[in-house]
Amino acid sequence: MASQIHFLDIKGKPLLSRDYKGDIPSNTIDKFPLLLLELENSHEDGDYKPFINSQGINYIYINHNNLYLCALSRKNENIMAIIIFLSKLIEVLTQYFKSLEEESIRDNFVVIYELLDEMMDFGVPQTTDTKILKEYITQDYYKLVKKSADHLVQPPQAVTNAVSWRKDGIHYKKNEAFLDVVESINMLINASGQVLNSEILGEVKVKSHLSGMPDLRLGLNDKGIFTSPNADEEAGSSSAGQTNNKGIEMEDIKFHQCVRLSKFENERIITFIPPDGEFTVMSYRLSAAQFLMKPLILVQCKTKVHKHSRIEILCSVKAQIKKKSTANNVEVIIPIPEDADTPKFTPEYGTVKWIPEKSHIVWKLKTFPGGKQFHMRAELGLPAVTDPEEILSSNKKPIKVNFSIPYFTTSGIQVRYLRINEPKLQYQSYPWVRYITQSGDDYTVRTK
Amino acid sequence: MSLEKRIRNFLKGPKKGETFELKSGLVSQYKGERKDAIQRVIQAMTVGKDVSALFPDVLKNIATYDLEQKKLVYLYLMNYAKTHPELCILAVNTFVQDTEDPNPLIRALAIRTMGCIRVSKMVDYMEIPLLRTLKDDNPYVRKTAAICVAKLFDLNPEMCVEFGFLDLLKALLKDPNPMVIANSLNALYEIKDMNKDPNLDVLPITQDLIKNLLTCLNECTEWGRISILTTLTDYHTSNVEEVNHIIERVIPQLQHVNPSVVLSSIKTIIHHLDVIPSQAQRSTILKKLSSPLVSLVSSSIPEAQYVGLKNIRIILEKYPQILSKELRVFFIRYSDPLYLKLEKLEIMIRLCNEHNSSLLLSELKEYAMEFEPALVLKSIRSIGSVGINLISCVVKSINLLGDLIDQRGGDLIINEAVIVLTNILRRYPGKNDLITLVIPIISNHIQELEKSEALSGYIWLLGEYPKYFSGLKEKLSSLLEGFLEYESSLQLNILTTIVKVNLKVPGQAYSGLLQKVLELTTKECENADVRDKAYLYWRLLSSSSDDSQQKVILSKLPPIKSTVSSFNPNVLEILIQELSTMSSVFHKPAFTFIESPKATEKKRAGSSARNIEDLKNLAKQEIINNVKNENLLDFDDDDDDNDQNGESQGGSSNLLDELNDLFNTPTVPGGQSSQGSGSSSANDILSLFNAPNPTSVNGVSQGVGSMNLNSQPKNNTNSDILDLF
Repeated sequence: MASQIHFLDIKGKPLLSRDYKGDIPSNTIDKFPLLLLELENSHEDGDYKPFINSQGINYIYINHNNLYLCALSRKNENIMAIIIFLSKLIEVLTQYFKSLEEESIRDNFVVIYELLDEMMDFGVPQTTDTKILKEYITQDYYKLVKKSADHLVQPPQAVTNAVSWRKDGIHYKKNEAFLDVVESINMLINASGQVLNSEILGEVKVKSHLSGMPDLRLGLNDKGIFTSPNADEEAGSSSAGQTNNKGIEMEDIKFHQCVRLSKFENERIITFIPPDGEFTVMSYRLSAAQFLMKPLILVQCKTKVHKHSRIEILCSVKAQIKKKSTANNVEVIIPIPEDADTPKFTPEYGTVKWIPEKSHIVWKLKTFPGGKQFHMRAELGLPAVTDPEEILSSNKKPIKVNFSIPYFTTSGIQVRYLRINEPKLQYQSYPWVRYITQSGDDYTVRTK
Repeated sequence: MSLEKRIRNFLKGPKKGETFELKSGLVSQYKGERKDAIQRVIQAMTVGKDVSALFPDVLKNIATYDLEQKKLVYLYLMNYAKTHPELCILAVNTFVQDTEDPNPLIRALAIRTMGCIRVSKMVDYMEIPLLRTLKDDNPYVRKTAAICVAKLFDLNPEMCVEFGFLDLLKALLKDPNPMVIANSLNALYEIKDMNKDPNLDVLPITQDLIKNLLTCLNECTEWGRISILTTLTDYHTSNVEEVNHIIERVIPQLQHVNPSVVLSSIKTIIHHLDVIPSQAQRSTILKKLSSPLVSLVSSSIPEAQYVGLKNIRIILEKYPQILSKELRVFFIRYSDPLYLKLEKLEIMIRLCNEHNSSLLLSELKEYAMEFEPALVLKSIRSIGSVGINLISCVVKSINLLGDLIDQRGGDLIINEAVIVLTNILRRYPGKNDLITLVIPIISNHIQELEKSEALSGYIWLLGEYPKYFSGLKEKLSSLLEGFLEYESSLQLNILTTIVKVNLKVPGQAYSGLLQKVLELTTKECENADVRDKAYLYWRLLSSSSDDSQQKVILSKLPPIKSTVSSFNPNVLEILIQELSTMSSVFHKPAFTFIESPKATEKKRAGSSARNIEDLKNLAKQEIINNVKNENLLDFDDDDDDNDQNGESQGGSSNLLDELNDLFNTPTVPGGQSSQGSGSSSANDILSLFNAPNPTSVNGVSQGVGSMNLNSQPKNNTNSDILDLF
């Protein structure tokens, strides 16, 4: 797939390279910085793309923490697979070194070479599962003593097994499984509080502390999500129009590779043998129009520009959730003009901080009971007011909101059961379930 | 010091410096020091220093039980084998021994590394270890050996086939282990790409193989699934039952968490879809593709999203209905990188329909108020496209553009808005209500027009709708003042407009201007095109009847259809086949930018052997390639976004050139149309030539015919000239 893989710094200088095929001269990558520069300096901005074709060679790269990971190829390769492989590479290395940056590459080149060898051979991706790689690519080595079998580092069975994500012989004294249902809300709200676009990105995370090779079966409530033949009336009626569509309202459900996809496709049952430890068993997306007509956290903000080089921001926040629920760690991040100074804040509740390097102010509210509304007034000085209109229009950045609401899912998804069955060991096990709704990366309120 | 001693010292190499230190470390009697030295050698190699001089010393450390040290030495070997091919043989023994090691990890490591040492002598020693590892009990070793066959083929294809490795590899396709199957498949694909022997059938995709692959599809790793899906896509069958079976098995893969598995599955399904006879069934399957497609855009990796968007654009063109309800998903996020934002806009305007148009327009307005100029320009263009595509939205989008000019202003926005407004009028010519809406907006901002495209739009409007402008005479004469400083395309524009105004407005009010412009162009203008055109007009006006003057100069242009670019059907067909590959992101068929190994081989053969037959073939190939290139795309690397325009412009100017040859006229139309009228008119031309294939002379003459009937670049020049003949 890829002929060479390179790690480069932000200027395109190579840090570490691995040539898999030898069909491209090894100095080809030296052209990369130039090509990158050309792309960035081209007269049309927005010409930057994560791939370049130059003199018959394709450069495919992704950017991470001031690093470029670049794959080179001559052929018309599957670019999506290459990009995903590179991102997996980042993922694996990050899990090995906590964070992947220039320094960690320099410090760990031996392990990186080893991993590169194990993850790809002759340009063909092999194993990209960190948990399994960690089984036999370890940072501290066992000394190999010949002919004493128990000291040997062996390739784990799992590498080539059909169950390539779990090794045999795991044992726990207390067998437990923790389920977290996390829904992240992305919402785009206009200045008057109308929802323009909203989606729920849901994830069911599992932390499994289970012995042996357990077979798990996850049951979710049907309402609005799966319509099995015995679904309750409500779900039946809402999907009546699309019965041949098998009634999924949850869009693009994605499963961890351990889930038996064909079983789900045919019988709508989620069964799997879990990897050990933490993983995300499924994720789903809901375009939330049917759930979220109004914002969970409503922010209204007005900016007034006064004559004496001063602006005033009036902001109000309302938690439009059930009275019983509470939103935690609410943060309202309000952008302000870059040259603003001498802030004065009068919040009704919570604390406000000015972060000049990012030119915004953050209003923090630790706990926020449902149904309540709070106000905040901020005054900032400006060096010189030229045109009030200009200040308002140049300040186009949206307000961002962070929050989390425990014990609550917006979509109403619920775990009905998690059956754990280990055919050999037959132990008792305890599933735990938590629900949480939180803000996604993109819960924003437009200012104008 | 005697001479002999000195020579000896010289041969031993320097006694100081890094190399010396490393060297002494490598031969140290202590294990730890040796390992440390190897690590430092590798470090030096990583940062690009040449440490090949240490080859013999590093090699001494190959026989070790320390796995980490072994790996390091192997790594060094792979990198520098080429500098010391003769010394590599010293390592062979260790390799061969290692392939018999009780630890499968070491067996696999040895065979993997052996294949990576690209030294021809190595090949002779590979036979036995490779045979052994291909039949190893451990699947981990087998899967590594499978890839090694491809490496061997790369080094020595004859030997690989002769010793039966290829057949062994094919046999591994029936291995009980899914990972071995996937790797064998990959190795065969690699060999297929490298193979130059036309008689060698590397990877016969049979019904049995497909059956086998379908059963292990669910047991593979994500990467194995991609290889299997690729094979499924390469399989051609018209057996409906079989296709149903394939699609049935592939559909669950749409839910895989890896976007490349999802995209490959989509590709496989689309590839086999046409075989299914029932329309209803086809559309049910297509419906199932829509949410997986959307999921490509919600990936957390922006680069992957971008590739997803590029592919969605191709799929949308083939199946426009597939995402009709999903507009909101493509809304731009503030945090998106610019290239994603622009590509999202491309998708959004293609999803626009009666139901979502007002939502889209209000969203586009937000984007037009953003910072990045590229985004602002594209948003304005998109607002125009909505109006041009949907008649119900024209007034809305014109008003929106007017609002934008009033609220935000700035040269950038005004220029772009004027271009877009002109295009809207070209879509709905002669509509009184629209003209009265548009013209005041433009007239208020004439001073700010800088972009030649915007200016030429405005000038064209002056000629087309003279009575809607107040102070026409002043406007025209102010244009004439700086006439000689304009670029030639604008000069042509002004000339045509003044001639048109003269004919349209009765009386002699503008004859002074006409006289002036004709004199300027024929006497003072240096550009040959402008002169020639002026002479043509002059002769036409002085010698022919009023009737024919009217007919030539004031002939009505057919309206443009759309300003949204689309693919040539041939290109689209190829791109659908090449989804998810490099060509899908460049939107160019692979053969246009990827050099196939076979073609390079042919070139080499042609130049060395000087065989007439070869040269003939070469020439033929060249001709075919040229025709293909001309036919499909005029590929300029610099203009990827508009390559559709590039294509049509290329195509049109091609044709026009040929036209010129036929009629022996100067090249006015070619230059004119491609420069002056910009993307939209280029598209017009494309739409004209969509049906006939302009490869043969026949095609050209058809093209001429259709041009004669309804050719329509903005300033009328083409039809003018054609009518002359």
